[in-house]
Amino acid sequence: MAEPILQVRNLHTHFFADEGVVRAVDDTSFDLFAGRTLGIVGESGCGKSVTARSILRIVERPGRIVSGEILLRRADGSVTDLVKLPSDGLEMRAIRGGEIGLVFQEPMSSLSSFHSIGNQLIEAIRLHSSLSKRAARTRAIELLALVGIPRPSQRVDAYSFELSGGLRQRVMIALALAAEPRVLIADEPTTALDVTTQAQILELIRRLQQERALAVILITHDMGVIAEMADDVVVMYLGHEVEKGPVDAIFHAPRHPYTRSLLRSIPSVLAAPRARLATISGSIPHPFARPPGCPFHPRCPDHIRGVCEQSFPAEIVIGEDHVTACHLYTTVGARLPA
Amino acid sequence: MTQVLEVRSLRKHFPLRRGLLGRVAAHVKAVDDVSFTIARGETLSLVGESGCGKTTTSRCILRAITPTSGEIRFRGESGQEIDVAGLSRKQLRPLRRQMQMIFQDPFSSLNPRMTIAEIIGEPLLVNGMTDTATRNQRVAELLELVQLPHAYLNRFPHAFSGGQRQRIGIARALALHPSLIVADEPVSALDVSVQAQIVNLMLDLQDRLGLAYLFVAHDLSVVKHVSHRVAVMYVGRIVEIAPTASLFDTPRHPYTEALLSAVPVPDPRRRAQRIVLEGDVADPTHPPTGCHFHPRCRYAEDRCRIETPELVEVAPNHAVRCLRVRELFLSGVAAQA
Repeated sequence: MAEPILQVRNLHTHFFADEGVVRAVDDTSFDLFAGRTLGIVGESGCGKSVTARSILRIVERPGRIVSGEILLRRADGSVTDLVKLPSDGLEMRAIRGGEIGLVFQEPMSSLSSFHSIGNQLIEAIRLHSSLSKRAARTRAIELLALVGIPRPSQRVDAYSFELSGGLRQRVMIALALAAEPRVLIADEPTTALDVTTQAQILELIRRLQQERALAVILITHDMGVIAEMADDVVVMYLGHEVEKGPVDAIFHAPRHPYTRSLLRSIPSVLAAPRARLATISGSIPHPFARPPGCPFHPRCPDHIRGVCEQSFPAEIVIGEDHVTACHLYTTVGARLPA
Repeated sequence: MTQVLEVRSLRKHFPLRRGLLGRVAAHVKAVDDVSFTIARGETLSLVGESGCGKTTTSRCILRAITPTSGEIRFRGESGQEIDVAGLSRKQLRPLRRQMQMIFQDPFSSLNPRMTIAEIIGEPLLVNGMTDTATRNQRVAELLELVQLPHAYLNRFPHAFSGGQRQRIGIARALALHPSLIVADEPVSALDVSVQAQIVNLMLDLQDRLGLAYLFVAHDLSVVKHVSHRVAVMYVGRIVEIAPTASLFDTPRHPYTEALLSAVPVPDPRRRAQRIVLEGDVADPTHPPTGCHFHPRCRYAEDRCRIETPELVEVAPNHAVRCLRVRELFLSGVAAQA
């Protein structure tokens, strides 16, 4: 395979609150390739959004990146460690929204209602290029057409509140593409949308990715969206990556008890009507009260007493590009789940 | 089966006022001729996208808002059928406790200054259970019903997770032995691992207590797990209503087919060729003529623009609002492969 365009190495992002330290991201590593989609999936507090914000260097205080590397391969082939750049410096500002585009969940609050969508696009285009105002406007209309907005030459003067949720999310994607990024980070891009609109937006992201060989990081809590979109998957729980691998292995040969339980507990349109769901006992612990050892052990159906609460499991390779962090696969005599 | 609720030709039109004098410029037909029934122990789900009128329908039934016209016939514990649609606030009071609501957001629907005992006990107190000991005993029973430990009685809502708060909301709704529960998106704010627990709890409570549920949701996967029957709404109208299995396996309305096709299936080997609907849900202020769905329908013909389809029964308990229903063969979820 080609060189990864983005490599995250042993990333630790912690929040230093008065009540204690929240290790929101605790030792995450993954590679991202051009033309491929990496899905990061997990429930609230798992650190998926903080991972994205760390890459973009927009972690808000009291959070900060404690250690790790975020290596971005530039267009000229050189490699830059984003962790070493000042977060509000010129270079990072050029990368953020330039080489790395981003799409957030809430298109209403991410777009300004005081400026027309055209002006917001023109601003983004001119920030990362030397186009004239007139040329940037033409480019803005092209971008709106690219993301499938009907009548783009009229809509360019519309305001975000005049558009439906789906159209707003298309504008967000146009904004993210304004500077021709090579990496696109989409954080829950369809969560606020209706299911038919979600299908449209996912289709759009897929088409744009194919046309431009974009490397996409898709962050979501929805296993269905992951199954539909991702090539590679990272499953996170309470700041830890518990399992990562190719999408088919994650769904058809999941090895970590959390991934297995999560997949069993999702409702599906293919289930029998009124079928009871498999459940995971308990609830996600409060971030200040993270269990010792493996953070999943109090809810784990395969918990090995005397082992799982003692130490954090090391990552172990269990298949091609398939890695999990679980004591079951390293403890002698452990009974493997069927 | 005993019918608990029968809704007939329910309409709710909101006036749109314009200008200084607030003249009524148009009406939003949020709910337009909706009819259905729910029996004891049965779940009927109302599904559809934002603005389809599913929440407005549920609010009319609870009489949080007054419907423009139509009947809402409710059979209470006395066994007598009463049309709730026309009752005054005072006449409604004795009926209110028989129809209860479970809310979407467990974080904003519980008063942060009240203990769990007070939150669950409040409806009992308001309805005349003034003796503290009896009331506390009933609260304890209710906690057990929703599988929460007694020790939680004197704690405040902030100490609980989303799933536990939703259990508290359910306990409060059950306090007065209701026969109908309206649940508007009760699990959509919860994490997947917790959502499953609440879905199962609602199923168990229904079996134990014979509750009738009106379940309002946009997530078709959750709907599949809770419903006996499903009604699909589009721009204020029911376009298809059927038993759950029929609706998912053999949908007969093109909108239902598209809606089912759009649901992501958690299996990468089933990445389907989706039916991607063009455009957005129609604006209920200016709904399209004829069949409201015709501008987005891939089977639309000229007559769909002109003629308004009626809801027609095509099989037992299966009714569809589509002019071409006899000619179309649509695919359900099993066919997606």
